[in-house]
Amino acid sequence: MTLALSLIVSANIGEASEIGDAEQGKTVFKKCSACHQVGPEAKNRVGPQLNAVFGRRAGGVEDYSRYSDGLKRAGADGMVWDLDTLNAYLENPKALVSDTRMNFRGLSDAQERANLLAFLRIYSDNPANIPEAQPTAIAPEVVLSPELLALVGDKDYGEYLSSECLTCHQSNGSNQGIPAITGWPTEDFVVAMHAYKQKIRVHPVMQMMAGRLSDEEIAALAAYFNHLE
Amino acid sequence: MKINRRHFIGATAAATLAAPLVNAGGHGRPKVVVIGGGAGGATAARYIAKDSKGEIDVTLVEPSRSYYTCFFSNLYIGGFRSLDSIAHSYGTLASAYGINVVHDWAIGIDRTARTVTLAGGSVLNYDRLILSPGIDFVEGAVPGWDVSTQNAMPHAYKAGSQTELLKAQIEAMPQGGTFAMVAPPNPYRCPPGPYERISMVAHKLKAENPTAKILLIDPKEKFSKQALFEEGWNTHYAGMVERIGPDFGGDNVSVDAGAMTVTIDGTVEKVDVCNVIPAMKAGKICEIAGITEGNWAPVNGHTMQSRLDENIHVLGDATSQGDMPKSGFSANSQAKVAAMAVRGALTGSKVFPAKFSNTCWSLIDTDNGVKVGATYEATDEKIAKVDGFVSQTGEDAALRKATYEESIGWYAGITSDMFG
Repeated sequence: MTLALSLIVSANIGEASEIGDAEQGKTVFKKCSACHQVGPEAKNRVGPQLNAVFGRRAGGVEDYSRYSDGLKRAGADGMVWDLDTLNAYLENPKALVSDTRMNFRGLSDAQERANLLAFLRIYSDNPANIPEAQPTAIAPEVVLSPELLALVGDKDYGEYLSSECLTCHQSNGSNQGIPAITGWPTEDFVVAMHAYKQKIRVHPVMQMMAGRLSDEEIAALAAYFNHLE
Repeated sequence: MKINRRHFIGATAAATLAAPLVNAGGHGRPKVVVIGGGAGGATAARYIAKDSKGEIDVTLVEPSRSYYTCFFSNLYIGGFRSLDSIAHSYGTLASAYGINVVHDWAIGIDRTARTVTLAGGSVLNYDRLILSPGIDFVEGAVPGWDVSTQNAMPHAYKAGSQTELLKAQIEAMPQGGTFAMVAPPNPYRCPPGPYERISMVAHKLKAENPTAKILLIDPKEKFSKQALFEEGWNTHYAGMVERIGPDFGGDNVSVDAGAMTVTIDGTVEKVDVCNVIPAMKAGKICEIAGITEGNWAPVNGHTMQSRLDENIHVLGDATSQGDMPKSGFSANSQAKVAAMAVRGALTGSKVFPAKFSNTCWSLIDTDNGVKVGATYEATDEKIAKVDGFVSQTGEDAALRKATYEESIGWYAGITSDMFG
């Protein structure tokens, strides 16, 4: 039994090294360790423990009680922590889960994220997503061209389009059952909508709504909701 | 009906000559009158007043001071909501948006003079009229039932006292008694509504009267979210719900409110509660205005204008428009298109292409919500479906709970979008 386990662990380390440098990731993890524990005897602290996080449903640690509604909803909608979702979450937590309680501004350096993920990967027995490719192939949540991100939305057009959003999302920023979308940085809004449009994010209503918005319309909505406090 | 209407127009035309329109000379703010303060009318009034920033004079005519939403009224029957929690007032529309809210019945429309007559005697002028009256029932649709028997056999398909009455009757059922529903034929308000109601009645009876039976008498072969509801009934309310479809005479039903019997294809059933939801048609004011064809008011999807009068826009359940279901969400969506078109016509504001959407959530049991939705666009022929989705059978409990919580968020969202 011990032998089998250690074989799996060493195999995992071998594969994990394809993600990034686990040794360097251990250093990066210091940014997380104020809230999160990982490894033998890891316990839930401010944040949930991170053993076996690969393959876990978002919001899925049974005895952890402080998940935001949005994170629980993402899990209920089918979001699973794998290399792609964790990478997106670490890059910008609020862009993936707008109401997350993880008070962390994100890691913008892709290599740093890859190293951290390689480190965390060691503590997951049954990862769902091992890349065949090199670490540089780790995808952001959604790849958008600089031109697209630079589109300046027409706020007035956004106001008209927003009426469709406001049937569910409240303009006063209420977060009851349905996430608040007011006051977001425009880039986060644009990325989120394109992630729904490309069906990377899983919610069926939002995939449908985003699916028929043009790039200009998404930019217009981002501009309008950004100015609503 | 047509003869009556001609008489009526003749009568008001004379009255109008005596009192010429203030607006006819082109001075004064353009006037919009909205009839019906539900998901279509309240939303349209609010958006026109809000977005025109005082340039348009908006009057909303609605008989009720407290509006009970039909959506979520089944949850009141199931014990998941209080009646107060689905009641809304028009105070904010008047105070924060400057809408002239008139609690009265509209009884006459003169399309030539562009006036609306109210039961209280007032006459309102309009440049554009928005009709969002909801539904009325087709006379004689269920033999033995008419509005005079609606207290013995409630429809509870306009929320409020009827809903309260139906709930009280369910609570007074003898142990092991029978609840019957006569479901409506297509098209009708809220396609999943009767089946969500069956779920909510079953939820209530399971707790309070577990040997009771539910008899669902249905003229339709198929119904909305059928697989989801049937899965839910089998899982949560096994053996309680019996559905009699058209194969077994579900389309050949009469009732006797005095004897409390339902006759299905010649077989008489004694029941304890009978919820009769008859065939529907556009709210009567559409017929009075002379803008209906058959039971409904046809509209142009680009603007929601009546096909028979371009000065009148019709919203929601009363319309025939194409692919959208008759729902509060649809009416709210259509109201925004109409509001934009009305502002464009009266103030020259920019008009964008019409877009529509709808999502209907239904509750099957505690924390077990499902949904169906679609997006739509206007073509010259109709409002046409673009894309859609529906919840799947066998979904896990966490997803169903999240769907229910989402519906609560939607309720808060749409009611604040309607009433401010």
